Amino acid sequence: MTTGTNVSRKMAGTAALLALAAVLPLAVTEPSQQNFLILILMGAQMGVAWNIVGGYAGQVSLGHAVFYGIGAYTSTMLLLTLGLTPWIGALAGGLVAAAFALAMGWPCFRLKGHYFAMATIAVAEIMQILVTNSDALEGAVGLYLPMDQSGWGVLIFLSKLPYYYVILGLLVLTVLVSWAIERSHIGYYFRAIKDEPEAARALGVSLTRYKLIALTVSAFLTAMGGSFYAQKEMFIDPGSVFAGTISIKIALIAILGGVGRLTGPVLGAVILITIEEYSRTLFGSTGSGTDMIIYAAMIILVAVFSPSGVLGLLGDLRRHLPGAKPAEVETSAKEIRP
Amino acid sequence: MNTAPLLAVDGLGKAFDGLVANRDISFVVHHGEIIGLIGPNGAGKTTLFNCLAGFHTPTTGRIAFEGHDITGSTPESAAALGIARTFQIVRVFQSMTALENVMVGAMLRNKRVSEARERAEDELAFVGLSHRADTPASDLTVSEQKRLEVARALATEPKLILLDEVMAGLNPTEVREASALVHRIHQRGIASIIVEHVMEGIMPIAHRMLVLDYGAKIADGTPAEIAENPAVIAAYLGE
Ligand SMILES: Nc1ncnc2c1ncn2[C@@H]1O[C@H](COP(=O)(O)OP(=O)(O)OP(=O)(O)O)[C@@H](O)[C@H]1O
Ligand SMILES: [Mg+2]
Repeated sequence: MTTGTNVSRKMAGTAALLALAAVLPLAVTEPSQQNFLILILMGAQMGVAWNIVGGYAGQVSLGHAVFYGIGAYTSTMLLLTLGLTPWIGALAGGLVAAAFALAMGWPCFRLKGHYFAMATIAVAEIMQILVTNSDALEGAVGLYLPMDQSGWGVLIFLSKLPYYYVILGLLVLTVLVSWAIERSHIGYYFRAIKDEPEAARALGVSLTRYKLIALTVSAFLTAMGGSFYAQKEMFIDPGSVFAGTISIKIALIAILGGVGRLTGPVLGAVILITIEEYSRTLFGSTGSGTDMIIYAAMIILVAVFSPSGVLGLLGDLRRHLPGAKPAEVETSAKEIRP
Repeated sequence: MNTAPLLAVDGLGKAFDGLVANRDISFVVHHGEIIGLIGPNGAGKTTLFNCLAGFHTPTTGRIAFEGHDITGSTPESAAALGIARTFQIVRVFQSMTALENVMVGAMLRNKRVSEARERAEDELAFVGLSHRADTPASDLTVSEQKRLEVARALATEPKLILLDEVMAGLNPTEVREASALVHRIHQRGIASIIVEHVMEGIMPIAHRMLVLDYGAKIADGTPAEIAENPAVIAAYLGE
């Protein structure tokens, strides 16, 4: 079978990529450049996490900032009030986000397609307003992590390098979870639900159960990314972790690279973060206004040129290159469906 | 011995705000039986399938499967109990290969991917699609997609399979192959209800025929009886 060699080639490719990522900071020593690499890994991690529900299961969430923010606030509050190490705080944040995902998924999954997406936007907006008005969470002022501590226990570092390896580890974890889902019956069910929900039900697949699994796992991993953000920035406020722009960025990274495939969001992160950082140096602005313009431009480009993202575009190119094997001539049933 | 009929439908009715698509339909299906379900366009055949498979909640009446009341159950629990179906307008999983489509069906009984794959390979062979296993389902012809839906339904290990116009658009040779396939499903001990407009495909193999007209059952008997039934002839001529 060809699938066997395919799998081992993929494994070899992944191992090579991982080895490269592990030694990359030896070559890239400039802190601002290391920071750039960290931003890419953070983007990739959130994109891969989003892809589980938005890509595989086809349930487009435009409110993932709610999980990101829950992760950031949970681990930070646990550190500030109980002195709990963020290693456990991030897990707690993941659990809180997962519970929140179950609670919001139950009603929201009764809505289909665009209505589901709109409901997720609403949930995230409401959450941002609630946190902004919460005295216990310092409202709009935000939370500062302790400046007088550092080290692996509190996960606060003076240099960029440790952050790089922590987020690389989190990305690897997120990819592994995704990969395990993709290969299990759950991954098949997700794709079935995305393609033909009614047919999936006829084969015994409970839509609610599997959509909830997708959202919950995705929320858990997204929240861990949020905890990492808090550790790296050492400051969070509702605008920086609960904002609508974060939600759009998370979804866009996956959509830009190509949804439903493991490598898509990683590619999307490299592209989007690079453009973001370059435009920042170009326009000298870090305001969310520029971000929004970039995101909007990206969405239009994807929608017009390649709805299946950059991966889809590459696939098309490969098929049209000279020497590529011609597509089989067959009657496709696609057009016949009413 | 199992004395309860496999399926017992009693006084089933279904209305869509005002429009009555099924009215007071009663019949039984025994284990392994082949039932032909015919009737003019819009007679309510697909609606009846949707009620049996849990996609619609009947407005009136009861459905019992192996003696248990399943009226208004969900599609997923109907599938788990052993009722499988195909769709009149094909609904294959477009992003998956033919084999993967069938694997999703097999996973109802066995969540292990490798075992679901073996099961799916067997079912693809059963419907004669082994050579298309690795082809994306979206690249199959419509008639291949219909057979793929049959394989996918069979992979759920049903006791009753509902086939909605699987012979539509087939040439005479293909119709004979489809009839043979239904017969082999029968030989596996699986009962089937077959909605079909292609009479050559269904009349020779059905044990019994049900005829619907304007949502009501107007005849129930052997194919020979049905062919001579005045009400049936009137329903078809009056179309
Ligand atoms: N979901 C629905 N909502 C409203 N009306 C419906 C619905 N489904 C079916 N109907 C109506 O119920 C009637 C019976 O339709 P049904 O599809 O069951 O007929 P059928 O016997 O399968 O016809 P055909 O041979 O054309 O497939 C039709 O008038 C149809 O328009
Ligand atoms: Mg019909």
